[in-house]
Parts: sequence; structure tokens; C-alpha cells
Amino acid sequence: MVTQHMIRRRMARTTPLLLALLLLGFALIATQFGDRALARMASETLIRVAMVVGFWIFVGNSGVVSFGHAAFACVGAYVSAWLTLKPAMKSMLLPGLPDAVAAADWHVFPAAIVAGLVAALVALVSGAAILRLSGIAASIATFAFLAMINTIWSNWTPITGGTSSVVGLARYVTPWVALGWALAAILVAAVYSASASGLALRATREDEVAASASGIDRYRHRLLAYTLSGFFVGVGGALMGHYIGVINPDGFYLSLTFLMLAMLVVGGIGSLSGAVVGVLALSLAVDALVRLEKGVTIGQATFSLPPGSQEIIIAIAMILVLIFRPTGLLAGREIMLPARWVAGRNQSDK
Amino acid sequence: MSLQLIFDALSLGGIYAIAALGIALIFGVMKLVNFAHGQFIACAVFALIIPSTDALAVLGLGRLPAPVLIPVLLLFGAGIAVAAEAFVFRPMRNASPVALMVGSFALGVALQNILLVLYGGRPKAVSLWAELGHPVQIGPAEVPLLQLIVIIAVGLILGGLALMLRHTRVGLEMRAAAEDFAMARMLGVRANRVISGAFALSGALAAVVALVLVAQTGVADVRMGGQIMLVAFIATVVGGMGSLSGAVAAGLGIGAASALLQAWLPTDARPFRDAFLYGGVILVLLFRPQGLFASAGSKPRV
Repeated sequence: MVTQHMIRRRMARTTPLLLALLLLGFALIATQFGDRALARMASETLIRVAMVVGFWIFVGNSGVVSFGHAAFACVGAYVSAWLTLKPAMKSMLLPGLPDAVAAADWHVFPAAIVAGLVAALVALVSGAAILRLSGIAASIATFAFLAMINTIWSNWTPITGGTSSVVGLARYVTPWVALGWALAAILVAAVYSASASGLALRATREDEVAASASGIDRYRHRLLAYTLSGFFVGVGGALMGHYIGVINPDGFYLSLTFLMLAMLVVGGIGSLSGAVVGVLALSLAVDALVRLEKGVTIGQATFSLPPGSQEIIIAIAMILVLIFRPTGLLAGREIMLPARWVAGRNQSDK
Repeated sequence: MSLQLIFDALSLGGIYAIAALGIALIFGVMKLVNFAHGQFIACAVFALIIPSTDALAVLGLGRLPAPVLIPVLLLFGAGIAVAAEAFVFRPMRNASPVALMVGSFALGVALQNILLVLYGGRPKAVSLWAELGHPVQIGPAEVPLLQLIVIIAVGLILGGLALMLRHTRVGLEMRAAAEDFAMARMLGVRANRVISGAFALSGALAAVVALVLVAQTGVADVRMGGQIMLVAFIATVVGGMGSLSGAVAAGLGIGAASALLQAWLPTDARPFRDAFLYGGVILVLLFRPQGLFASAGSKPRV
């Protein structure tokens, strides 16, 4: 006997699979049929998928908007830089590093993992304080946390290089590396949101008071999701650093926060598929706008948008989405196979 | 503690209090955490100079004599805030506080980039009321005239607002709306008027902050509202969301703490002052998650 509940669970399991296929298709099209610029755009987009899906693990399930996740990306990017840069380079750029770190010459993959773990640790410690606050106040506190990390990173010159950039990161991020991490993030996000903790957290999102009255420990589940989410945003930051090759603290500040939020809001904060679709939609839009800013020649006339208009247009699009389709493109639904495909053969009734 | 330090603390705290009040007023009537407030401040700053991307700033509005300039700039700030309410927040009236907050963040980004397109990204020198920088002797301390004016002006504004909120009909309606918006509407408070009024007041307060910032620093920078907005946010959280007097008190307190840290921290640690400040605030919140002056009804009982 196949119950309605089992069917729903099977359907939910198809979501990460379909999203993976979607991203695989995207990467294949971009690398096989596009130019070099398109392949670079694909890597950047897939890094953002890993990051925004990580961001979604907390924001989507808890309903608490965080303005602080760019700080985890910052931590991740710098940890990976500390571990992978050549020791000679570090003694010149970052003379204040402790000896063990200064001598480290790691492979990029374990460095990315450690970058994520350190970011997760920072998330655990900061979240332990911040998440005791109620929703809106917690959002503001995450903003203060972001400013705090930015202040420290911009001034701790011997360790972080201050506001001047750290250069020479190994540029190893191809679309396939980014795809791997994006898929890992999607898998973990899907497993978490189907877990008991994910369910409990979504209950607090729908009705905080009713959830606490049913014995759900809001603080514990929020902290777990926050830490998990810190890991993937940290890895995403590391990838972003290795994708560009140059990092500085202001690269992981308000504009990154804005972009991550915009992607989540446009796609729909309520579902994992929304996060992925939002990244794809906005990345394509940003790419098109950047090309327009550079200038497009049609016949005789070259016409271009003034620099900076890209962000204005994205911001206005975000406001319009909030006004006219507040639940985002996907309206909180997941992409999954229809019920009759997963129900099995002995499903005669209904 | 020297007299000088007291004046520093009062003037900095006063500015923070004004900014925090601008945020708390709007939060009170429509539960909106206004992330665009910093950009309201920046817009009011740039309204003083003529739009151009040149490095040299040419004063436009800023050339008016002070008795004309101040009311004009206050009206300008109020106008921006009211327009933002009409075009962005009114259509979102029934949205959740989270959606409103995200919307205001997007509005802030849009405003900041519009300023970038119009004025370019480099900070510009603006000399507004340069003669106010002269020090005045008060007892043993030398205090810039501007600091005195700021302290007096903040006192007058806070006193005036307190009187207005307590003794006029608009003030009564605003306090009622902040207490319980649905109930206030049922008792005949006109929602649109109260909300527009709160935005206008908040915008005018942003313009006050803008004037003081320009006169103090002599610089116009697209990012200049950001830091002060952050402190104002923190003040509203520490004061207890929705409590106007709490926001003012916390703003004053944070300004004072910041001036003290600046004076007492060892020189090496001074660049990290703000990090200490935010860290301290998070510590305070660990012990009072509802804020220092939260009303009893602000937390639902479970």
C-alpha cells in the first residue's frame, strides 16, 4: 500500500535530482556552445548557486533574513588564501600570520573544506549570541556582525592585508569544480530541510508562538541551520576568491549581501528550487546588463547604459517582485516530478 | 573624565539619537526596519551640491543662507521619505516585516547607485559653515562651536518632538499607531496620514543628521550614511524595538561609549573601535534579548 505521505516523500526526493540536472544542463550548454566569457559566467553562477543555496539553508527554513552571511564568505575566502598561497608570497603580503599558517602550502581542495569549517565555526560562535534575539532584531544583529567582521578585516593589516587586496590565489575554479560544490550544497540543503530539524525550523517560520508551544526549541534548530549555512557560504567565498584570484574585504560586504538577498527574493525565499532558479535568473540578467554597460553596437549606433545602472535595475526589479509577486518566481513551490510518476503501479484508487 | 570628553560624548550621542529616532518612528507605525535611512541621509548631503561627476564640488543649495537652507533641506529630506513611502512601501502595506525590510534594503541600494551615477564615486570636499569649526573656551575645555550648536539643537529637537508627541493630535495618533496599529485604525486614526507623517518626520531627521555630518567632516561621500544608520539600528534594538524613548537613550549611550572607547583604547586598538562597540552591543543583548527598554507586551507569552 502506498500512502499519500510516501508519495509526497518520494516527490520531495526528486527535487535535488531535477535541480542537479538543470545545473548540469546549464554547465554543458555554457561550456560546449558558449565563448570563453560565457564559460567564466557559468563558473561564477555555479559558485553563487553553492553560496545562495547555503544562505537558503538558514534564511529559507527559518524565515529570518540574515545580512551577515557575506562575512562568512569573507572568512572562507581569506582562510583558503592563507592556506594555499606560496609561503614566500605570504611572508611579503601578510607578515603577521602565525608560523604554522605562514608555512602552509596546501592543496586547494582540503583548503576549501577547512575554509568552510572555519566559517561554520564563526557562524556557530556568532549565532550562539545573535540567534537568541527574536526575528527582526536578529536580522539587525547579523548586520552589525557583518560590519564588525568588515572593520576587523579592513584594519588587521598584518594578517589580512587590510584594505589592500591579497593577490595571487590559484585560479582553479572551472565550471565543473563549481558545479561539484553547487551539487553538494543542494544535496545537503535537501537532506537538511527534509530532516526533523528542518521541519521543526519551518514550523517556527510559520508560527513562532505555536511552534514553541509545541515544544520546539527554536534557538537550537536555528543555530544548527546557521552553522550549516555558514559552511557552504564559507566554501562559496573561498571559491569566489580563487575564481577572481584577488580578494579584499570590501568584495565581501554590502554588494554581495545585496546580490545574495536579491537572488533569494526573486527566486522565492520559500523553496530550495526558488533559490537555484533565482541565482540562474539574476546571473543571466546581470550578465546581460554588464554587456549592455560595456556598449552594444547595432548597425552604426553604439549604445550603452551608464555604469552603475546594473545595480539600480536589479534593485528596482527586486522591489517590483516584492510588490507584485511577494513569494518570488516559484512562489514557495519545489520543482519535482508529478505524483503519478513516483506513485508506483499499485496505485489504483485516487 | 575631562569636560572635553563630555562634550564629545554628548554631541556624538546626540547625532546617534536623532538617527535612531528616525528609524524608530517608522518602525513604530509600520514595523518597517528602514534600511534606506542611511541613503536618505546621503541624498540630503548630496542635495547641497550640483550634480556632476567632477572631483570638485560646486555648492548649489548649500550656498543659501542658513535660515533658508535649513528648512529647505529638512523639506527635501521629508519629501524623499514621503515619496519612498508612496512608491515603495504603500504598495507593500500588507507585506510581512521581513519583506518590508528586504524592500527597504533594495531601495537603499537603488538610491546609492543613483547617487553614484549622478555624482561619481569619489568623496568630495564640501565647505559648509566652515566658521563653525572655531573653538570656544568653556572653563578648562576648548569646544568647537559646532559641537555646542549640535548639542543645543539636539536638545531642542528632542524636546520639541516629545512635546509634539504628547500634546498634539498628530502626536497622539502616532503614539496610538505605534502601540497597536490595527486598534488605532478602528478608533478612527487615519492610517495613511499617520504613516506619511512618520516618514516625513523621519526624513527631516535624516536631513538634520546630513547637515551635521557635512559641517563636521567637510566631505560628501555616497557611503556616509551607512555607518551612522548601522549605529542607529543597533540603538533601536538595544533600546527595545518600537520604544521611541528607548531608541533615544540607547543612541546617546552608544555615542558616549564610542567617545569613551576612542579616548581610552590604546592607540593600536583604535581602528577596531567599532568592532569593540558592536561586540559590546551583542553582549548587552545576550543578557537583555528584548532590549533595555522593551515594553512588557513586546514578547508573546508561551
